[in-house]
Amino acid sequence: MTMEEGSECMYSKIMGCGLLGIDGFMVEVETDIGNGIPSFDIVGLGDTAIREAKERVRSAVKNSGFDFPIRRITMNLAPANLKKEGSSFDLSIALGILASTGVINQAILRQALFIGELSLDGKVKSVIGALPIAICARQNDIKYLFLPEANAKEASVVKGVNIIAVSNLKQTVEAINGEAEIMPVKPSDDYLKPEYIRYDTDFADVKGQENVKRALEVAASGGHNCIMLGSPGCGKTMLARRLPTILPSMTFEEALEVTKIHSIAGILPAGMPLVNTRPFRSPHHTISDTGLVGGGSMPKPGEISLAHCGVLFLDELPEFSKKSLEVLRQPLEDGIITISRVNATLTYPARTMLICAANPCKCGKFLDSSGQCTCTPRQIQQYLGKLSGPLIDRMDIHIDVAAVKYKELDSATSADTSAVIRARVENARQLQLERYKGMRIYSNSQLQPAMFDKFCRLDAKCRNILRSAFDKLGLSARAHSRIIKVARTIADMEGSTDIGQVHLAEAIQYRSMDRKVWNM
Amino acid sequence: MYGNIKYWVWLSSLVGIPLGKRLKLLEYFQDPALLWEANEAQLRTLGFCTQKIIKWLLDKDARNDVDKLMERIYQCDADIIALNDSAYPIALKYIHDPPIVLYSRGKLEQDAICVAVVGSRRASAYGLDMAKRISRELAIYSVTIVSGMARGVDSKAHYGALEGKGKTIAVLGCGVDIAYPPENRDLMKKIIESGAVISEYLPGTQPLPYHFPARNRIISGLSRGVVIVEAGEKSGSLITTDFALEQGREVFAIPGNINSANSVGTNKLIKDGAKVITNTGDILDELKINHDLDYSFRINNRIREMKLSGNEKTIAERLLNGPVHIDAIARDCAISTQLVSSVLIMLELSGFVEQLPGKYFKLLE
Repeated sequence: MTMEEGSECMYSKIMGCGLLGIDGFMVEVETDIGNGIPSFDIVGLGDTAIREAKERVRSAVKNSGFDFPIRRITMNLAPANLKKEGSSFDLSIALGILASTGVINQAILRQALFIGELSLDGKVKSVIGALPIAICARQNDIKYLFLPEANAKEASVVKGVNIIAVSNLKQTVEAINGEAEIMPVKPSDDYLKPEYIRYDTDFADVKGQENVKRALEVAASGGHNCIMLGSPGCGKTMLARRLPTILPSMTFEEALEVTKIHSIAGILPAGMPLVNTRPFRSPHHTISDTGLVGGGSMPKPGEISLAHCGVLFLDELPEFSKKSLEVLRQPLEDGIITISRVNATLTYPARTMLICAANPCKCGKFLDSSGQCTCTPRQIQQYLGKLSGPLIDRMDIHIDVAAVKYKELDSATSADTSAVIRARVENARQLQLERYKGMRIYSNSQLQPAMFDKFCRLDAKCRNILRSAFDKLGLSARAHSRIIKVARTIADMEGSTDIGQVHLAEAIQYRSMDRKVWNM
Repeated sequence: MYGNIKYWVWLSSLVGIPLGKRLKLLEYFQDPALLWEANEAQLRTLGFCTQKIIKWLLDKDARNDVDKLMERIYQCDADIIALNDSAYPIALKYIHDPPIVLYSRGKLEQDAICVAVVGSRRASAYGLDMAKRISRELAIYSVTIVSGMARGVDSKAHYGALEGKGKTIAVLGCGVDIAYPPENRDLMKKIIESGAVISEYLPGTQPLPYHFPARNRIISGLSRGVVIVEAGEKSGSLITTDFALEQGREVFAIPGNINSANSVGTNKLIKDGAKVITNTGDILDELKINHDLDYSFRINNRIREMKLSGNEKTIAERLLNGPVHIDAIARDCAISTQLVSSVLIMLELSGFVEQLPGKYFKLLE
């Protein structure tokens, strides 16, 4: 091909896609080839990876058997005011040049979107964020999404876009020009079908601990945050790990959202395009604030967002720095976390159930039946005092976990499996969804005290119980609304429209940290 | 302006002179007012007054301070009970080294039957439970519980006595206007209401370490017997036992697990001949107090009295033999965990059951 032949189509436009937070945004990759001193410039707030794309593209184009024009090349990534990052623009930049020099047929380009990183020999390599890009493509009525083979499975979850998996630049050009045919990737199976959903753990594995399991079932049924207190090795972590298995199955929207976040963070497991199980995140207590809520100069979602729709488990709660716990507060309340940076303000979803675990005292043996705790009352108070504060105020359920005796480990009594418990939890959640229709709340944990009159009416007997509980057990004021919310959940679990005495009494049982019992 | 009593306070304020010497002076002069008048030559002729003691006795500052001290004592509402006072506890009066003056808040009875319950400050749950139970049961039989208001066993002993609606006396190692340890401020208030908080130290005296061994002789001195609940190898409670033996009081020890560091002291006492206590009746028998302490009999009575039925009765009966974990209750009674949970709260609210840390439950009497 000579320059004279190409001179009639010196300008071209190709669609690419950038990432902002967990969402993709369309980027027009414009190419203009003109006369002048040979140069190659890319404008439009690209990062270093995009500047370096020039070298990869030059080699990839040549090594795929095409000419690279020795002329003045100007490329623009529009909108020019948004920062673009990463290597996923390589493919669209290369195709832009080839379109400008007339190598490829421009007709199809208007309906197509290209992402992929190029290697020097023209191979197309995988990128991160294929799922949000596919969703973005569908929203913008793109018909064909060209992407690296390695990302095809991930994107195929999105219906309504033809996903075309390519392995190298030459093949891509042939496909665009109609010289070779690539079949769109088959839309993926419905990964939310029960046969695909697999948890490695099950509640049936847990021997004994019946009251803890019951408390966790209540927590799951109402979406209540909870804290477990127990001596080291009594099974707090094991129990928490199994909590996601009894939460309701994910809806497609939830699964997409979670997958998007995990795709951005680059932690999607190989071979499974859709996260179909509720995530369980258990960050170590040395984690930084940024690691917990997200952020950084190149913003990434934090643990609380990675636990979106699932469970965030903070083991050894008193060991976390005060500040990290402080930053958790707002996202826990709002269900989203907003990160403001100079160039952009990002919002990551963060609707999660928080489970904390802590030793009951310094030596950890306070709740043990062996009675070997040597802490003084003052030490115990100090230790629990560390726990108190804004975060503990948001805990609906307190669980005392005692170590299981060998006799119980050995016993053959069968426990309910996670599937059985999950079915019960789903029933209770269904009741709540119906009751709160149109109110923008989804579970009892989100109830505001102003709504108690409507949904949580207590009869005279119940009010008496509550009053005497406050008098006799010395419960603190903050326990009041928590008890009512949890009682509402327990009533829902039995399918009862009213909160009965039994429900209320059980809810009172879950406020052990408010009691004065421990102030010896 | 305060009459004769001010001379007693003056003598008790002279802590620079060993207590023994002061008692000897008192024996000689009978009345501190006469000692106040005595001049140097008179004191010298007694033969046992060193130059230092004479200097203390004639010290002008100490004499001038007495009015201020009196003021302070009245401000904190403390009674002054001098050794010659008819209100001075009889048992204490005849020990080898009785306090010259007792400062007391509340009502100190002169001839109550007292038993001291003392033990480790860092006791195990077993020790705490025993201290409370024995004190409560003794209190029910009108025995006054004497202890030191320290952390751990001592505090529990006071709480137990209060629970049994009985009297209790706290002997402090500091002034009676100071709550030590500070978390016991509420407890101190309750003790003053139902018994007395006493000390040989003037109000305002800080809790110095060497005060505590000395106050232990008052604890045992007031009492007919001393119950050691839990004591480690070098526990301060063992000092109390030494005083008790010296003063001719009974020593009772509660046996503990032989592997438990908390019970090394008590188990050794038993080896050395202390009386073994396995229930409160043992102590009452020794004090020749009639009783009908049969635990299960009374609990069964209570179950009948409270008209418990159905699940409540089943669960209450399961708790007859001491604290049980909630899961064990549910399993043994074949009742669902959630129902057990809610029944237990109802029983707790009606004052029949107590919840212990770690979701253990026990019956209250």
